[in-house]
Amino acid sequence: MQSVISIILQRLALGLLTLFVVSVVIFTAVNMLPGDFAQAILGQGATPEAVEAIRKDLGLDQPPITRYFQWLGNAIQGDLGNSFAQANFASFAGADTGVSTTVAQQIAPRFANTMFLAAVTACIAVPFSITLGILAALYRNSVFDRATNVTTLTSISSPEFFLAYVLILFLAVLNPMLPSLSNIFDGMSFGERLEKTLLPALTLTLVVTAHMMRMTRAAIINLLASPYIEMARLKGMSPMRVIVKHALPNALAPIINVIALNLAYLITGVVVVEVVFVYPGIGQLFVDSVKIRDIPVVQACCLIFAAAYILLNLLADILSILSNPRLRHPK
Amino acid sequence: MSLLVEINDIYIDGRSDETWSPIIKGISLELKKGEVLGLIGESGAGKSTLGLAAMGFTRDGVRISGGSVKFDGIDLLSASAAQKRSLLGKRIAYVAQSAAASFNPAHKLIDQHTEGPVQHGVMSKAESAEDGIELYRRLRLPNPEEIGFRYPHQVSGGQLQRAMTAMAMACRPDLIIFDEPTTALDVTTQIEVLASIRDIVEQFDTAAIYITHDLAVVAQMADKIKVLLKGDEVEEADTRTMLSAPKEDYTKSLWAVRAFERPQKPAVHTSATPVVSVQNVSAAYGKVRVLHDVSFDIHEGRTVAVVGESGSGKSTTARCITGLLPPTEGVIQFDGQSLPANYKKRNKDQLRQAQMIYQMADTALNPRTKIGDIIGRPVQFYMGLTGKAKRRRVEELLEEIELPASQYIDRLPSELSGGQKQRIGIARALAAEPKFIICDEVTSALDQLVAEGILKLLARLQDSLKLSYMFITHDLATVKAIADEVVVMKEGKVVEQGPKHDMFVPPHHPYTDLLLSSVPEMDPDWLTNLLNERGVDNIGDAAVDKMS
Repeated sequence: MQSVISIILQRLALGLLTLFVVSVVIFTAVNMLPGDFAQAILGQGATPEAVEAIRKDLGLDQPPITRYFQWLGNAIQGDLGNSFAQANFASFAGADTGVSTTVAQQIAPRFANTMFLAAVTACIAVPFSITLGILAALYRNSVFDRATNVTTLTSISSPEFFLAYVLILFLAVLNPMLPSLSNIFDGMSFGERLEKTLLPALTLTLVVTAHMMRMTRAAIINLLASPYIEMARLKGMSPMRVIVKHALPNALAPIINVIALNLAYLITGVVVVEVVFVYPGIGQLFVDSVKIRDIPVVQACCLIFAAAYILLNLLADILSILSNPRLRHPK
Repeated sequence: MSLLVEINDIYIDGRSDETWSPIIKGISLELKKGEVLGLIGESGAGKSTLGLAAMGFTRDGVRISGGSVKFDGIDLLSASAAQKRSLLGKRIAYVAQSAAASFNPAHKLIDQHTEGPVQHGVMSKAESAEDGIELYRRLRLPNPEEIGFRYPHQVSGGQLQRAMTAMAMACRPDLIIFDEPTTALDVTTQIEVLASIRDIVEQFDTAAIYITHDLAVVAQMADKIKVLLKGDEVEEADTRTMLSAPKEDYTKSLWAVRAFERPQKPAVHTSATPVVSVQNVSAAYGKVRVLHDVSFDIHEGRTVAVVGESGSGKSTTARCITGLLPPTEGVIQFDGQSLPANYKKRNKDQLRQAQMIYQMADTALNPRTKIGDIIGRPVQFYMGLTGKAKRRRVEELLEEIELPASQYIDRLPSELSGGQKQRIGIARALAAEPKFIICDEVTSALDQLVAEGILKLLARLQDSLKLSYMFITHDLATVKAIADEVVVMKEGKVVEQGPKHDMFVPPHHPYTDLLLSSVPEMDPDWLTNLLNERGVDNIGDAAVDKMS
């Protein structure tokens, strides 16, 4: 157990280091975007003095290194800064309007929505693809196996918006079972939220299933030539039991990793689906902020995405380690 | 007594690429209740395939193309999958060659033990677990109450093999197939496993098919022996007849293999400088000390056999000599000169002088490199030959190891047999023109006839090239065949060393004695006599009496 804890601590330290490197990359990349907020908001006819005033007001005149460490220092303390856009509307009005101005306040509800969508999708997609993968391994090379492979590959190869419109056509227009717009807001009951979220969740399920299902199938089939699988068969165990009890526990590590990768995708990469269903998630906020050069929001979103990737992969690493009895119970 | 197993004129094919070629060509077999049949032959003789066929089971890419298999009157070939599953594990059980690979690493031993009885509806989980502990006790496993709650990787190979026998017994089957259950074990462990298996098979009157390539082992276990060669039956007779009066030439040649023995060479001059001198070497893996003050010399043209059980430090000593594991204390001298401890600090000539041949020729040869390139690389690296000169040297080396160059130089390792691969390993070592070669269990993965060929080749090369060998082995027959001096190791220490003829004559160090007396002999009464000699408490009859 000692070794497991030290391995986990090691991974954790590596994760933090990665996050730091990513923060440098994010900061540099965002600062390399052409144009800045001051110009974007004042438009073509802005006087250099006005641009300079706003730049100074927001601290954009400082050298990048100073700004980076200021930002990082605040971010570590949980302060992601003020949103330029919100701050300016407030200051140009000449008064404190009481509008939420910090990045955290702006991101929090959007992020919660994204997590909700990701969670609903994961609850459908993960069990579904693992079951499909197990069945495909059990009936490998059969018609079922081939049909599953072709279908999931087709769905992963189609553009997300196309899948979204196909689902809208069948489940919202031709058979009005689900709402085609997912405009959720505060004060909705859980049931309502779930109903509104179901269609985007189904679309995303179609997108992520193939990857997870194929890895489950491959990881299991990879083990079927092992002597202990032959032993299980020679003990007269049924094919289903051989796969679920004897192959699956040993195939967990690669499966967990692929699941983590896909969950991370659900948190960070669903802009298109959010747009199609008008779902107020973090993806849309991110794209909008890039458009108006709202640098603090962009940086914060990037950092959250990076953290989600790193955290989920870390979790996958730890779970794979724990799924290995050799590491859990050393000699 | 009625027939339990009846295999009639069975034909089995194996697929390679798209064509089917025969593995078993019309063999018949009969087994009565409680009878033990020994199946013997070289690898590739079809022993395992036949053993599995007796269970109505074939591996992927193998099919039964003719004949019939009947178990207790049930035709296994026409039985449905479900019908076969109801027999497998319950009435017919299997003990695999490598218990370490055949236990599922994800589950505890006792859970794997109880799986059969529970799924077949023979016993409840609790009953079966209790019964498992009794079986562990009968098979003389240490801590029978606790050992089942460990995972396979936490248990040693010999213990796993016994736990697997217990698992096979879980439903009290009528027939057990033992597929080389002791081949991967040390001689001392092998005895314990053999004795346990024999006892338990007798107690429960279980019929068994015992597959092995070791004649001495089968002589202890079987009532009758069937000899296979390349899928054909050579002959079958009861054990004593077979051992005393084999009819066929092939059987006789198998029996004669153990006769190869090199004469003892005269003692070396005391003032001669040894080729390799290991002096007070200690070594550790991390913090764990594995070698303690090991010293021995190897002289020109001599073979020093290093023997001991697995984990005794034989291979670690070799790693110290080659510089792969720098010793914590002590020095390695070559021709009287101290070698740098780490191989990275040795020069090309020092590296060239000491070469290695490995146990697993399969994994020691790059599967994607042609034979000519495998041998050509050291020729180029050490001898600086290129182009035609290199090719000529490679051809010479191939002739040296008795493989026609024109046929083999462009093949891949996968196109060679096990013995031929080991010969390539020898040629690769010779390519560096070394004075000293470490042979790490080079024959233990080979059949006896093939192994004998390799040993004879090594002996001939030693005579013509004045080579010195360090021969790591756990097989005392090999020691008898090839060694001049013997070093016996235990737990990282040298317990005894001296010329071969002294080692095989008493008095010995008690550990040497244990090793020597554990080597199975052809006499069918050998095991019984040995166990009686070693005392009742040792074989656990007492424990068995207490049970029944």
